Amino acid sequence: MTFSPELEARFAKMIANYPPGRQKGALIPMLLYAQDEVGAVTDEVIDEIGRRLKVSRVEIEEVLGYYTMLAREPRGKHHLQICTNISCMLTGGEELFEHACRKLGVGNKGKTPDGQFSIEEVECLGACSWAPAMQVNYDFYYHMTPEKLDQLIDSLRKLQ
Amino acid sequence: MANMVTLTIDGRQVTVPAGTLVIDAAKQAGIDIPAFCYYEGFSVQAACRMCLVEVEKMPKLQPSCALPAAEGMVVHTETPKVVEARKSTIEFLLTNHPLDCPVCDKGGECELQDMTFRYGLGESRFLEIKHHADEKQWSPLVFYDPARCILCYRCIRVCDEGIGATALGLSFRGVSAEIIPNKGDHLECDECGWCIDVCPVGALTSGTYRYKSRPWEMNYVPAICTHCSNGCKTTLSVRNGEIIRANNRDRSGINGEFLCVKGRFGFDFVHSEERLQEPLIRRNGKLEPASWSEALQFIAGRVRETIARNGKFAVIGSTRTTNEENYYLQKFARQGLRTNNIDHHRSGDVITLVDALAGRTDALATVGDLYTCGAALVLGADLAQQHPLLAYQLRANWRHHQAPVFVITPGPVREDQYAARSLRAEAGAEVERLEELREELKSRGSLVVLCGASVKGEAVRRLVAFGDSLGIPVKYVCLVDYVNSRGAVDMGLLPHLGPGYKPVEIPGMHLDAILAAPDLDVVWVVGANPLEGGKQFASGDAFVIVHELFLTETAQRADVVLPAMSLYEKNGTVTNVCGEVQRTKAGPKVMGAKSDLDILGLLAAQLGFNIGIPAHDKVLDEIRRTVRGYNVPLPVLATGGAAPASVLNGKVPVDAQPELVRSSGDTLFTSGTLGKYSRRLNQVMEAPGRLYQP
Amino acid sequence: MTLLAPPHPLEKRVLLRRFPEPRTEPVWIDEYLRTGGYEGLRKALSMEPEQIVDEVKKSALRGRGGAGFPTGMKWGFVDRKSPKPKYVVVNADEGEPGTCKDRILMGYDPHRLIEGVLIGGRAIGACRGWVYIRGEYREYIDIVDRAIEEAYARGYLGSNVLGSGWEFHLATHTGAGSYECGEETALLESLEGKRGNPRLKPPFPATSGAFQCPTIVNNVETFCAVPDIILNGGEWYASLGTPKNGGTRLVCLSGHIARPGVYEVPLGMNMLAILNEIGGGVWKGRKLKAVIPGGSSSPVLKAEECDIPADYDSLARIGSMLGSGATVVLDETADMAKVLARLMKFYAHESCGWCIPCREGTTWLKKISARLEEGVGSERDLATIDQISQNMLGRTFCPLGDAAAMPAMAIVRKFRDEILEKLGRAEAFAPVPGAQPLVVL
Repeated sequence: MTFSPELEARFAKMIANYPPGRQKGALIPMLLYAQDEVGAVTDEVIDEIGRRLKVSRVEIEEVLGYYTMLAREPRGKHHLQICTNISCMLTGGEELFEHACRKLGVGNKGKTPDGQFSIEEVECLGACSWAPAMQVNYDFYYHMTPEKLDQLIDSLRKLQ
Repeated sequence: MANMVTLTIDGRQVTVPAGTLVIDAAKQAGIDIPAFCYYEGFSVQAACRMCLVEVEKMPKLQPSCALPAAEGMVVHTETPKVVEARKSTIEFLLTNHPLDCPVCDKGGECELQDMTFRYGLGESRFLEIKHHADEKQWSPLVFYDPARCILCYRCIRVCDEGIGATALGLSFRGVSAEIIPNKGDHLECDECGWCIDVCPVGALTSGTYRYKSRPWEMNYVPAICTHCSNGCKTTLSVRNGEIIRANNRDRSGINGEFLCVKGRFGFDFVHSEERLQEPLIRRNGKLEPASWSEALQFIAGRVRETIARNGKFAVIGSTRTTNEENYYLQKFARQGLRTNNIDHHRSGDVITLVDALAGRTDALATVGDLYTCGAALVLGADLAQQHPLLAYQLRANWRHHQAPVFVITPGPVREDQYAARSLRAEAGAEVERLEELREELKSRGSLVVLCGASVKGEAVRRLVAFGDSLGIPVKYVCLVDYVNSRGAVDMGLLPHLGPGYKPVEIPGMHLDAILAAPDLDVVWVVGANPLEGGKQFASGDAFVIVHELFLTETAQRADVVLPAMSLYEKNGTVTNVCGEVQRTKAGPKVMGAKSDLDILGLLAAQLGFNIGIPAHDKVLDEIRRTVRGYNVPLPVLATGGAAPASVLNGKVPVDAQPELVRSSGDTLFTSGTLGKYSRRLNQVMEAPGRLYQP
Repeated sequence: MTLLAPPHPLEKRVLLRRFPEPRTEPVWIDEYLRTGGYEGLRKALSMEPEQIVDEVKKSALRGRGGAGFPTGMKWGFVDRKSPKPKYVVVNADEGEPGTCKDRILMGYDPHRLIEGVLIGGRAIGACRGWVYIRGEYREYIDIVDRAIEEAYARGYLGSNVLGSGWEFHLATHTGAGSYECGEETALLESLEGKRGNPRLKPPFPATSGAFQCPTIVNNVETFCAVPDIILNGGEWYASLGTPKNGGTRLVCLSGHIARPGVYEVPLGMNMLAILNEIGGGVWKGRKLKAVIPGGSSSPVLKAEECDIPADYDSLARIGSMLGSGATVVLDETADMAKVLARLMKFYAHESCGWCIPCREGTTWLKKISARLEEGVGSERDLATIDQISQNMLGRTFCPLGDAAAMPAMAIVRKFRDEILEKLGRAEAFAPVPGAQPLVVL
């Protein structure tokens, strides 16, 4: 399996960042960037990266189950991650999350039938002073309100 | 002289080598600090926190399994703080641990039960709903219940570090953390089952033992595993004459707790429905059931008549019968039937090695030596596949003592994972590459050499010459296939050597010659299957007597088939690949079968052969008195120990007949005839190549 | 939108000195050089490595990630003469709830971080470093990546740093969602491609860290403080704060505060002053109920406890901690049972599961506190929470257990009445006095 030229170039650079014989260090970054391109950490991705880094399948499974950002199944095109930890909770994060679930008609870690949106209640995103905060994929949104969320979802829908 | 330190534990002074863990130092003081995750011989986890102790001048409780003893350290293991900590650890474990004791296999031998009893609280204040995940089946033999799992990681360590199969991992996190198998939802591994035994609770359970019994309902019988030649002790758990399970949890024997899939699970052939349970006599071309007296009389009559007309006999012995039976059989043949046409399936060139090492002491390695030697050299053998205990010992030696292993084999072997050098050479040509390792081997101080069946004849002599030229102490192991393959040689189941490597006056026919001879009158086959794969006796008219457990190809050719016992049903001794003699005891009872010693004894009586009392202890007496090297101390045998036979007392001036040496090439999941009839082994048979994946 | 707040007169901007005004773009290398950038590195290259360590020791700089361990001492533990390669690792995992300062430093002044790493690397004789950035911070990974590229292009990184002959390489390394990976040994495990399970200490990373080689691991802010320490001297830095608590720190104000944001204050500045002057006081004109002073793991302070200097030692003296400097403000409407439940849910989710007390303890705390949030429970539950916490404190394999236990204990002790009152008002479950527990073994 090959990845896009850009990703292959990144992988080549990544692997060179670790001491000789310790390329396993590149495992988690490679899985995450591969997931960004492919959509999920599929069996194919596991086999390919395992082959390149000489890491066994069980070693990769150990890591997949541990890190919350790595997914075996593809998420929605726009993956909403809404924080409900302390600072966001104090400023309306929970209500924001519930509103999002209602608006999209799915629950936590659910995905809309058309695959456009998925939603996840997440822990602290490190944006506490601009709470309530959320991410759509890797993009941060601050000072969110249910109204702003509605606007955001609507505009994302139009993006197609 | 190691740097020693003295510390005080509960007021007792203990002196230990620097670096000793406090938990081990405490053992020396007779203090047992409880622990789940700490397991001697494997890496430290400090995860369960059960072993926390109070150490003066250290503010927090310290895990004694991770704390090296230091000079002047003062440790307390029973203060109120420590007692409280232990109670709370048990309490924490029991919050999510299901109350399965009434139906859990581990009940009665469960460490969590034991610890709760000794250290736990008397009440629970956990009012919430327990976290649950469903039980999974990972292979026909291994089940995993995440709810019961206390995450001590012993299973992962024995599989990774001990065996090197690396088939288990840890995934997810928090309370959802669980052990995972290497193939997503199932295991592809050695199926040794050690993970099941090492599990302190009932998280890992045996697919064959589940829900069958309680530990106190069974009798525990110390037997020697009847499969490969390593001589592992396997404790058979027997109930009502039936083997319910096998393990070595009491760590007796030369193998500690190690057992491979055959030792743990490969006993079910004993109770197979295809087991022969009555004699068969060929009448009108068909084998028909007969009574023992009928069969024995029939045989006696035929034998008497053949002796009377100076007919030709041939005897093919077994690699799995006891030393006593082998000794008695060759006496039966030589003194009774007056023939030296005796042989067995030879799988290692022991004769050449014994001759090449004649006169030396300490030139043959024991299984224990494999753990202490400075280095090991493996020629032409796939240890993980065929000698799992030896593989385990070498790996442990490397893990604990950094002793390197050097490998010269035709194909990849699991030792490549950690070997200092891995060389490839065709079978038979291994010794050609020895020179390349000379410098590295010399530097290690001592060496054990293990050679497979492809190293025979001249190659053995070249090997010994090489070993001599290194200038360091070298010990050898000549690998053979089965539980008593070595004992068969030592007891003289050979055409040219009697017991103790004593040459006979007029050598008889060897195995190949017996098959090819056209004029044999009686062929007597005890526990062997020479006609496997469609071979035939050239003597088409020969009267064939077969002692067997199953209707093998040879049994199907027989004129009389006598239902014999497996090793597990007998008392006696066997000699492992390293020449260590061990006692095995009878466990299960299978109706209708008789031991080979009984059968031969009855016939000897009928035929008037005066060859001694056919009782295993009497025969052992005679062996100890008359067989070179077998004057082994009885107390060692009686207490379940292994006594090395010392057979290097002199030259063996015969043609070793190396062309007769052929290994059966078993894998981890095959074991000659017995393996064929073990449903368990057949169920879990894995592709052999899988063992070599990095 | 910018995350930079306009400076407040009571701030002391050292780390943030390049931001007299809010801006949206990072300081790239040309601007960095124009504003005194890499001068600290230049000076460090002319010093003996021991001198660099000494200067940092004198500065009384303490780890800004949460542990507050004296940085100079940490660097001093590395055996520079070890034949093994030495490494520098930046802890940019920033997972402690309430904390949002490292993103500011990486996002706006990435070269400052690189310069600090270089100085640290020079001090211990390192040849390579990694910036371990949490996976969610992809935009900051991209910014730091670009800054690293610039640094390589201009000779600040690579085989011949500033012509000194010293070789040092740096790269970013992404996490993938784990709070525990903010713990330095779990971070190293993650760096090596494994689960974020912590390691046994000793050996400490200074002896056996990344890839079993001597390593220093420090927070982003800690490294960012180093260039100015070298330029202006350790004593200068120490004088900005209080004895043994040198320098300035970034405080993250969040929660029920009028002007949430990231500000820079001297160590030892009064906490109430920070909240009321810089932060504008409690929002919506409400009253202060409680403050979580240093990230969710720090024991909560009641309003009356907040009139203290905010430095490591003062907070430790009253049974809390300065931690990551993330100050979360709670007003009179804050439901402390809900706060407790949400925090316990966090720790249970993030527990790596390695050791029994944390794995089982955080889960138990989560379940009880979730019940209490719904009003289902009794006084016994508060006692149980307290005891569970005490049974976790100091007994777990790594500090996450303490991080869960300390806030739990603080909340149930300091806000006991409030929680009991909530339980008393609950319709769902009214405990009968003297009722037997549900399960007795």
